[in-house]
Amino acid sequence: MKKNLLCATILSLTLGLTAAAQANQNFIFCMEGSPSSFNPQIVTDGVSMNSSSQTIFNRLVEFKKGTTEIMPGLAESWTISKDKKTYTFKLRKDVSFHSNELFKPTRNFNADDVVYTFNSQMDAKHPLSIPAANYEYFKAMELDQLIASVKKTDDMTVVFELKRPEAPFLANLAMDFASVLSEEYAQTLVKSGKGLKTLETNPIGTGPFVFKSYQKDSAVRYTSNEKYFKGKPKIENLIFVIVSDSTVRLQKMKSGECHVMSEPQPQDLEQVKTFKNVNLMSTEGINVSYIAFNTEKKPFDNLKVREAVSLAMNQKSYIELIYRSQGTAAKNPIPPTMWSYNKTTAANPYDIEKAKKLLAEAGLKDGFETELWTLPVSRPYLPNGKKLGELVQADLAKIGVKVKLVTFDWPVYLEKSKKGEHQMIQFGWTGDNGDPDNFMNVLLGCSAVKAGSNYARWCHKGFDDLLQKAKEDSLVSKRTNYYEKAQVIFTKEKPWYPVAHARFNRLISDKVVGYKIDPFGHEQFESVELK
Amino acid sequence: MALAPKVLKLFLSFLFISLMSFSIIRLIPGDPVQNIIGERGASEERIQDIKKSLGLDKSVPEQFFIFVTNAVRGEFGESIVSKQPIWSEFKVLWPATFELALLAILWSSVAGLLLGILAAIKRDSIWDYGAVTLSTIGFAMPIFWWGLLVIFFFAVSLGWFPVSGRINVEYDIPYRTGLLLIDSLLSGTSGAFLSALKHMVLPAFVLGTVSLAFIVRVTRSSFIDIQKEDYVRTARAKGLKSSQVIFKHIFKNSLPQILTALGLSFGQLLTGAIMTETIFSWPGLGRWLVKSIEARDYPAVQAGVFYSMVIIVLINFFTDELIKLANPKMRDQAL
Repeated sequence: MKKNLLCATILSLTLGLTAAAQANQNFIFCMEGSPSSFNPQIVTDGVSMNSSSQTIFNRLVEFKKGTTEIMPGLAESWTISKDKKTYTFKLRKDVSFHSNELFKPTRNFNADDVVYTFNSQMDAKHPLSIPAANYEYFKAMELDQLIASVKKTDDMTVVFELKRPEAPFLANLAMDFASVLSEEYAQTLVKSGKGLKTLETNPIGTGPFVFKSYQKDSAVRYTSNEKYFKGKPKIENLIFVIVSDSTVRLQKMKSGECHVMSEPQPQDLEQVKTFKNVNLMSTEGINVSYIAFNTEKKPFDNLKVREAVSLAMNQKSYIELIYRSQGTAAKNPIPPTMWSYNKTTAANPYDIEKAKKLLAEAGLKDGFETELWTLPVSRPYLPNGKKLGELVQADLAKIGVKVKLVTFDWPVYLEKSKKGEHQMIQFGWTGDNGDPDNFMNVLLGCSAVKAGSNYARWCHKGFDDLLQKAKEDSLVSKRTNYYEKAQVIFTKEKPWYPVAHARFNRLISDKVVGYKIDPFGHEQFESVELK
Repeated sequence: MALAPKVLKLFLSFLFISLMSFSIIRLIPGDPVQNIIGERGASEERIQDIKKSLGLDKSVPEQFFIFVTNAVRGEFGESIVSKQPIWSEFKVLWPATFELALLAILWSSVAGLLLGILAAIKRDSIWDYGAVTLSTIGFAMPIFWWGLLVIFFFAVSLGWFPVSGRINVEYDIPYRTGLLLIDSLLSGTSGAFLSALKHMVLPAFVLGTVSLAFIVRVTRSSFIDIQKEDYVRTARAKGLKSSQVIFKHIFKNSLPQILTALGLSFGQLLTGAIMTETIFSWPGLGRWLVKSIEARDYPAVQAGVFYSMVIIVLINFFTDELIKLANPKMRDQAL
């Protein structure tokens, strides 16, 4: 009897909730982590960016959804001066900021907001700059060294003066950290004594969704912005549910508790095909995974050794076993979806005999002992570093190279590798702005050796000159030419063994209409609806 | 024991453990700055800038002094990752952990006591073997595997319970006490309480498994020991009813051991339900502490360890007092 009662209660509850869901149009996105903050200027991880900038905010220019193309955002149009150092933006009228219990905007978005957004990140002495905020991304993209000034010429016009021409500048402005915040809100927070830290917990933006609440490590809630300048989103309530364990996330998707799910594991995708009402959506990610050879250390300072080791690695098996075919074999440092990708460079050949011969020529006939550091965390570009390490170890044993697999805790891994303590190391990169400079210069430029992100510690003058020329030219055709040449040098010199470009996968319920998967991993729900 | 030495002892142990928690997290290689920068590069000046903003440019003794003076005032600083005051994170995470631990200890102690007593009085019977086997399995089973198994069966196949989370996402319950069972009732939203309760069943069941195993064992062995005592034999010899012997003599005298086991289990549940919290996406302290260690979030780790210590000390204290209440003979003994 009691059992029946329990079943009846549960059944009625479930039915009741399903009905409520349909009526309220709750859209549930199950994601893998918790946002660290809702201020897009200070966050650095994908989860926080999706929870803040992509949902609540807009930028002057934005990426066209699902692509790396730049299109107008809060700026209607822009002009670039002849010397490529002055950018003038005409702003969109009638854009309003959200309101919350602390703030009701008295004016619409205007040039003051843009000037505040950039100057507060650039100048620590700015009255509305958050003390100790670091503005990590703004500085990592070196905008503090690039921008000379940001000024308003009238309410709807803003002028950026640069210290030097920089082709990727516009793409940088489409990045999350360049989201426009309300100056009036910041002023209100200072005046009311709430302080600027409130920007991190109670965000105010212009975007498609209004922030409602965040329950730590549990869920983020938004409601649709009725006054959104691109039109009110179709869904009423947007909820991001945090489920860190990928197996559990998958079960939640299966049982219908999520509409879209992030980061399914490659090994689970086969199983997904048997799920009813769940579809897999995927796209080429803007990323690369690689094994870098420390070119400052013996024996990897010798090109012949790098060539021999590369020849002995069986890339095909890595794609099949690690990526479960959810990745493309890499040969260049940039992914094939990016402009200037050089199709003509040679793929990674697999030739044990030639590898042995090259080793003998390098004076290492009997092979040598070395270390391979394996990635300690699962990243979208490389889901399982340890397993890749084991495959490489077995491959290299065939040419007499004894590989010891080494790994550390993530912060230690980063610290030691930036000092160049490794011999061979696994790493990867996910693009910020879709510009080739963001891959090649950050990961292989000479200045990156000192900064630590050039893990091959490879400084090639010819290669670096091409990158610098490409950075200053704004003609895409010319830049493409420079980058294509640079990729030829890269494949010849082999500072890395490029492994793969991983695909981005999302699981979506068949009730969802209008969802677009994005190569940056951005999640935007403004045009999504439920059947 | 007089009060003054007890307080002094407490104070010294607090100070010692603060020092330990402060230094151990700093002794682990890798610092929070690396975690902030990630795969990206950073110049030496930039690294120094970040260190300065986090207060890590000061000398270690100076940092410890700041930590202790703040801790005395009840301030634990700001998390490096979320940049929010530790206290504001604590006050939402702690009730989640507490609520789950309480439910887990409740069911596991009731079931554990019953099973343990049954096994002891029907020794060498099928009941005894059953209870011992169950307890061994409970001990040996890895929680992450057990949790997933329970999810597959009860949530996915049967669909009786939700897979994870604390409440159905349709409900946005305002924070009052942080205990969702209470908050959902206070909010007056129909269905919210049931939803919160339903979400608690599987995680509390999984979390209580290990304590159950422990409590069954302790109850059984202390019952068996005390059954052999002279006064039990005398009680039986003078013709007392079996139930009276069990409750008046055996149970009462095995209470100190059982209470100690309960206290230990509860302390463990309150400070480290890491696996259960991860599997059921339960927003509690265990998971938070592990994430903080991974990110080398010094202030969060310090506060987390400090909290665990306070909980253990308090629970030990209350267990001692309960034991004294339960058994007057213990009152004069220093435990």
